[in-house]
Amino acid sequence: MSVEIQTTPARSASRRVRDVVFVDGVRTPFGKAGSKGIYAGTRADDLVVKCIRDLMRRNPSLPPERIDDVAIAATTQTGDQGLTIGRTAALLAGLPRSVPGFAIDRMCAGALTAVTTTASGIAFGAYDVVIAGGVEHMGNHPMGAGTDPNPRFLSERLVDPAALNMGNTAENLHDRFPSITRERTDAYAARSQAKFAAALEAGHIQPDLVPVAGRKAGAGWSLNTTDEPPRPGTTVEDLAQLRTPFRPHGRVTAGNAAGLNDGATAALLASADAAAELGLPVRMRLVAYAFAGVEPEVMGIGPVPATEKALRQAGLDISDIGLFEINEAFAVQVLTFLDHFGIDDEDPRVNQYGGAIAVGHPLASSGVRLMNQLARQFEKDPAVRYGMTTMCIGLGMGATVIWENPHHADYGQDAA
Amino acid sequence: MSFDRYEELAALVPTEIVTHSYVQDIDLPFGAGVLALITLDNGLDHSKPTTLGPNTLIEYGRTLEGLRERAGRGEIQAVAVTGKPYFLVAGADLSTVKSLKSEQYGLLMAELGHEAYDLFGSLGVPSFAFINGVALGGGLEIALAADYRTVSSGANGIGLPEAFIGLVPGWGGVYRLPRLIGPASALKVMIENPLSNNRMLGGAAAFELGIADALFEPADFLEQSLLWAARIVSGDTAVSQAQKERRSRLGAYDDAAWAAAVAAGRAFVERKTGNAAPAPSRVLDLFEAGKNYSREDSARAECTALSDLMQTPEFHSTVYAFLDLVQKRTKRPAGAPDRKLARPVTKVGIVGAGLMAGQLALLFARNLKVPVVLTDIDQARVDKGVAYVHAEVDKLLGRKRLSQDAANRTRALVSGSVSKDVFADADFVIEAVFEELSVKKQVFAEVEAVVTPECILATNTSSLSVAEMAADLQHPERVVGFHFFNPVAAMPLLEIVRAPRTDDAVLATAFALAKELRKNAVLVQDAPAFVVNRILGRMFGEITRVFDEGTDAETADNALRPMGLPMTPFRLLALVGLPVGQHVQESLRAAFGNRFHVSANQQKLIDAGVKGLWEKHDDGTSTVPGSTLALLERGDSPSSGAEVLRRTQDALADEIGRMLDDGVVAAPEDIDLCMILGAGWPMHLGGITPYLDRTGASERVNGRTFH
Repeated sequence: MSVEIQTTPARSASRRVRDVVFVDGVRTPFGKAGSKGIYAGTRADDLVVKCIRDLMRRNPSLPPERIDDVAIAATTQTGDQGLTIGRTAALLAGLPRSVPGFAIDRMCAGALTAVTTTASGIAFGAYDVVIAGGVEHMGNHPMGAGTDPNPRFLSERLVDPAALNMGNTAENLHDRFPSITRERTDAYAARSQAKFAAALEAGHIQPDLVPVAGRKAGAGWSLNTTDEPPRPGTTVEDLAQLRTPFRPHGRVTAGNAAGLNDGATAALLASADAAAELGLPVRMRLVAYAFAGVEPEVMGIGPVPATEKALRQAGLDISDIGLFEINEAFAVQVLTFLDHFGIDDEDPRVNQYGGAIAVGHPLASSGVRLMNQLARQFEKDPAVRYGMTTMCIGLGMGATVIWENPHHADYGQDAA
Repeated sequence: MSFDRYEELAALVPTEIVTHSYVQDIDLPFGAGVLALITLDNGLDHSKPTTLGPNTLIEYGRTLEGLRERAGRGEIQAVAVTGKPYFLVAGADLSTVKSLKSEQYGLLMAELGHEAYDLFGSLGVPSFAFINGVALGGGLEIALAADYRTVSSGANGIGLPEAFIGLVPGWGGVYRLPRLIGPASALKVMIENPLSNNRMLGGAAAFELGIADALFEPADFLEQSLLWAARIVSGDTAVSQAQKERRSRLGAYDDAAWAAAVAAGRAFVERKTGNAAPAPSRVLDLFEAGKNYSREDSARAECTALSDLMQTPEFHSTVYAFLDLVQKRTKRPAGAPDRKLARPVTKVGIVGAGLMAGQLALLFARNLKVPVVLTDIDQARVDKGVAYVHAEVDKLLGRKRLSQDAANRTRALVSGSVSKDVFADADFVIEAVFEELSVKKQVFAEVEAVVTPECILATNTSSLSVAEMAADLQHPERVVGFHFFNPVAAMPLLEIVRAPRTDDAVLATAFALAKELRKNAVLVQDAPAFVVNRILGRMFGEITRVFDEGTDAETADNALRPMGLPMTPFRLLALVGLPVGQHVQESLRAAFGNRFHVSANQQKLIDAGVKGLWEKHDDGTSTVPGSTLALLERGDSPSSGAEVLRRTQDALADEIGRMLDDGVVAAPEDIDLCMILGAGWPMHLGGITPYLDRTGASERVNGRTFH
């Protein structure tokens, strides 16, 4: 499966790129941000700790000292998300002190970037096993809080100030693609809720959730085991009633966008060799990944060039992708992607378990949620060879990772 | 309904900080159903422990009644209790218990606990306690009433300290614990630990003993406890089997083991306390009789014992000593100036390099982590002093009390010199030289010539006048007394002496230093021998006086047994060293006159090189050797033990009355604090003044009580 390529022959003629596999991933149930949410009063770093510990418990054959790094993403890296959260979470989770950690930030694609960055380290031979994940407690850290945008953005018209508000960028996307109407986005959003409810009912969601105890004033401890944001039974009629907070008579509503959420994720990645050595399951193989920049004012289009780049690297065509896990920051952004690649709004390959519109989007944590779900879908459907996780990112970026299904008959035969 | 009869009791404590019983339903995995989780929470942060008063227990009991009904209706399949962060429950609200002025209410309080706790074990569904933190006394007994327990490896402060406080673990603890973990382990928890400086267990130790069935790490303690509970409730064979086997192994005992545990417990109590306080024996009585009791029999006996003991002076004195003095008064020493006035101390000088100086150097270096420099008159002494400190650091390293890095750091901080010039940049210089006023004055003059005008000069004198020591200095306001007790590392008391000219900044710095040194400081005025040595001196004087009068050594030395002092007077004198004791006694007589007896016989022993009156034999007994008796000239008017005790009580009441009249300390509470922390006098005496009040000595001698 590995591809012998000569990288820096002067130093190491024998260096080769190693295969990276997704071993396992977990997440906390997602909560609604704010004082009434399930994680009001719970620390962000504790959410990460619960994930790491559960990951370790689920994979008892992995000696903790074999973890070579812990990369945890957070968009706002202050307070309970500060202090180099990868390292602090590792210590708080009880991993050996010999295990290092770091913090990473690419806003919404934080956890995804934690995965690709450490995966690169594995491929390079720097790591055998890593933990990568993300967290965002948007109740403790409202979006944009404490930021200080450079005035040059404005004075030199580098970025339209409206582009710093994600809702505005979604409205801008509607402007660019008039064929994507409020009716289409609301219909998409209602389907997202329905698909999530069905996946939950079918038992596809709960297996990767880590229970988190939380305590509230005057109420005592309770145990959070399920996602708080979903609104099963939401209809297009319900959605049509919602106001458009970003623009009078606009199209983007709280119903056809992801909410403000709290949550954390963590995944275990390994080199294919280390996974074999340690008896770790292989749930996906990393094929390619790419990031791309777009105009910040229409950041939601980011997945399009990122996906084209990743497909090019992998030598694949969009038609080779049998499953898509695309983050639903906004329905319009998903439809932009689907329209570009000529995929139907209701294509069954796309977000089988629903998406962030239903389950929520705690910014930097979401990437690993997409991977968890793709891995589970791979397992259910060995006919699918390749799948994709893709996201749009604030300030105009997109990220795409292409994965191979180890359950497929041809797995590893002509590896890209 | 059934808790209505306690409303009368609850009404007595309208200001109780109620620990509420919040209930949340948890859906358990593995099809185990619903667990109702009670959180005991007073809504305050971790600095305000959750405690149990009547209102709290009524709420808890009624909550359990409600849950029993729900269990009966099949709505819940398990019940668990846990606490707010760091606490399950810290135990009964002692101030409230102490305030219950009649046996009737004491009994009601005891019955209330039983009624509530027994409910927990008879809900009709399995009950669990998740011991997440401190679980003391009634707090641990809540957990013991459950069918199953888990404990956090991060929990600290687990135990049944009732014997120490002056009560019995009478909310079922004395009955349930031996049946859970066996009689020997139970008495370790109920007798040995409380009477060994109120030692407590951590989570891992509690698990090892069998107090808990499962141990989980704090990071996800509640989540894992709930998961474990789900396995038990759902009948997971492996988990249930392991739990049962472990419990039957750790809880196994036979009649002989029970009897042996009781005998060992009684011997331990005798050795530790001389049976001076009633509670430990009462625990053992209950325990011994309890072997054949049903739970109901035991509950009745426990309630009787509790209501009896709640009315005892020993319980009241212990609560006063432990809660009001050691826990509260030490936090805010009476008369200490505003701590904001304190100046930083970045280097410490010690004049002298003898044994005391070495102990001080180690203490300062370990706790302040600033350079400490010792001086003495020649290099050999200096080297010896520094070598002593370095050797002590090595010992701490060997015992793993210090890490290698901390040991390196501490050693590097301590240096020595024959020149006082090294004090030039010190902020605090303490002298530990020979106890002679002229020597100390000269030392201070030499130090003052070197140091900055702000540098504090402290003296560790135990008997000399601090004011006189400061009198000829350019800056007498910089002088303060800093009187430690031997051994410095172990004794928690520091008497801080304010001389008439000592200024507030100096005093504030002294108190700030005491805190950093982890000593409990009491402010005393510049009176000879301050507090502890003066009171001990008066006591020694009385005992040596009756001995000199003709009372035999046995009678004289054991007359104070009913007070439960840590050591008899003659044994303590031998430990201190007869010459040191004699020196203190002489200086006290010089200051206060003949009410401080200086024994000519003691001088004869000193002259003959005898180290102490008693000689210990291989079989553990002690006698006064004939050769020692032959040295002595004693009178022929012996006193009985009771007479000696009464005379000593009266002498102490007299001395303390004078000290308070002269304002040596702010209040009798400070006297008691000093005797508890500086001389190890027992809490059940309340230090000393509550004891003198209740034995009538205060009234007899001073015409009034101290409290």
